Amino acid sequence: MIQVKNVSKIYETGEVETKALDNVSFNINDGEFVAIMGPSGSGKSTLMHILGALDTPTSGTYILDGKKLENLNDDELADIRNRKIGFIFQAFNLLPRTTALKNVMIPMMYAGVPKKERLKVAQKYLEMVGLSDRMLHTSNQLSGGQQQRVAIARALVLSPSIILADEPTGNIASTQAEEIMAIFQKLNKKGHTILMITHEPDIAEHAKRIIHLRDGKLVEDGNGHKQKIAAVKSKVI
Amino acid sequence: MEYQEIVEEAFATLSLNKLRTGLAMLGIIIGIGSVIALMALGQGSQKAVANQIQSLGANLLTISPASQRGGFVQGGAGSASTLTYADALAIENSSEIVNVERVSPEFSRRAQVTTGGKNTNTQIAGVTPNYSVVRKVEVSAGNFITDRDVSSQTKVAVLGPQVVSDLFGDNATPIGQSIRIQGQSFRVVGVTVSKGGSGFQNQDDVIYIPLTTAQKSLFGSTSLSSISVEAKSEDVMVAAQDEIGYLLLSRHKLSDPAISLIVGGIGIMNIMLVTVTERTREIGLRKALGAKKAVIITQFLVEAIILTLVGGLVGMVLGIGASYIIAKIISLPFAISLISIVLAVTVSGGIGIAFGFYPAKKASNLQPIEALRYE
Repeated sequence: MIQVKNVSKIYETGEVETKALDNVSFNINDGEFVAIMGPSGSGKSTLMHILGALDTPTSGTYILDGKKLENLNDDELADIRNRKIGFIFQAFNLLPRTTALKNVMIPMMYAGVPKKERLKVAQKYLEMVGLSDRMLHTSNQLSGGQQQRVAIARALVLSPSIILADEPTGNIASTQAEEIMAIFQKLNKKGHTILMITHEPDIAEHAKRIIHLRDGKLVEDGNGHKQKIAAVKSKVI
Repeated sequence: MEYQEIVEEAFATLSLNKLRTGLAMLGIIIGIGSVIALMALGQGSQKAVANQIQSLGANLLTISPASQRGGFVQGGAGSASTLTYADALAIENSSEIVNVERVSPEFSRRAQVTTGGKNTNTQIAGVTPNYSVVRKVEVSAGNFITDRDVSSQTKVAVLGPQVVSDLFGDNATPIGQSIRIQGQSFRVVGVTVSKGGSGFQNQDDVIYIPLTTAQKSLFGSTSLSSISVEAKSEDVMVAAQDEIGYLLLSRHKLSDPAISLIVGGIGIMNIMLVTVTERTREIGLRKALGAKKAVIITQFLVEAIILTLVGGLVGMVLGIGASYIIAKIISLPFAISLISIVLAVTVSGGIGIAFGFYPAKKASNLQPIEALRYE
């Protein structure tokens, strides 16, 4: 369970103060499928980074499965990033000049999974994202969509209970986007919590709940389907 | 994560980024290679000092600095081949030198000398009492320079017979008279016995004054033009020559190499720092994927060690090879000591490891997202 209480994030660049997140609070239960929406600059990515234990809030508390993250040391946070959370970056962030297979095996290496098993699991997940014929290609030999799918496989290999995806379909064709959503649906049915940032209503529709951010504030939080209908209605009118 | 696997990961990363690895290694190779080569050439030129130990008589050696011969390497930091009074004292007093009987340091320069209406341009030799024994100079009247003259910088002069006839006329006895050397007044205390010779080598056309007076009062110099050494006997000449050569080598070792060490170190430092941006992002990513700080730091440390070890080894071989070839070309003795290699490898290697490792340690302290965004 994710509990976010009064979380703010302020960036200071010289004299200018930017409030990327402004007193945001919400809870996400295990097994939810949540889309985070909002215009660019609304703080979506910042929120995602905090939820992924990649960044720390300026103020407020983030409680993950009953543990306050601010109380954990560096190694404990590394373990959480490694086993509990699968993070899919908007910019993929694959290791350059490294094969898809090796990229996918890295989290398992840090988790201490035996080498033989690493290879088997990595192959399994690369097959799942449809890259069985691209395993030995290095990241720069892959298309944007293929890199995105390697990043997804990498986020899934340790079967984390929470999957955080920052625009997982932002850089790929719509048919592939549907495939990825199908994977997310499947994982969600298995009980994984999924949070994803998107600005495409079609993609957000797959989620059961949508959180809207604007100027760092949470402006709407509710049932995705109803919102979708409302949005369509407003367009019609 | 096991250590063996961290080492494997370090090797994998190095071999994946061949250009970056190559550049970093090149920096270290050049750093260590040039340090070794420069040190070897520096020592070669110092050995040239030692090699100028010439035999002038049955048991007489003279040491003169190579720079006076216009040697090739003297160029910049020439102090390496300057002889000083301290060198002479070291030869005289060192416990490692057993085959030397007497040491006679000398500072000579030509100067204008006047007395009454006459003047001449002659060789002024700043010497110590040992000079008369070592070079077998005897006085026909008065006495030679004394220890007391040297220690209290007195303005006394012992004239060669040629100078006496130039300034005072043939067969004059000028003891007690005064002469002016470069405008400073000196009292004549002795006249030497004629030894013959001609031109610049004319040993009769010379004025001896105390060494300290010549260096400090007259010419304002701290160096020596030569050191004459009397070996204990003819049989130990070669041994004495080796002892002195070795002593001077070790006394003059550290000035030039210190500079080359710094230069080499800066080169290594730069190439290691250039890769920081790319590596910082990589560290951010590895942290985001669950790497613990210790694992990251160990990996980067191992990488830096591999780089400096391999680069250091290649640099060492190239440095020794290059200095051998250069020494051959400019016909300088090829001298390389173990200590220069050890110094080059440890200092340059240390810098390589430190600057490969330090940015990594710093980056591993950042939040993963900060490291990922690093520019």
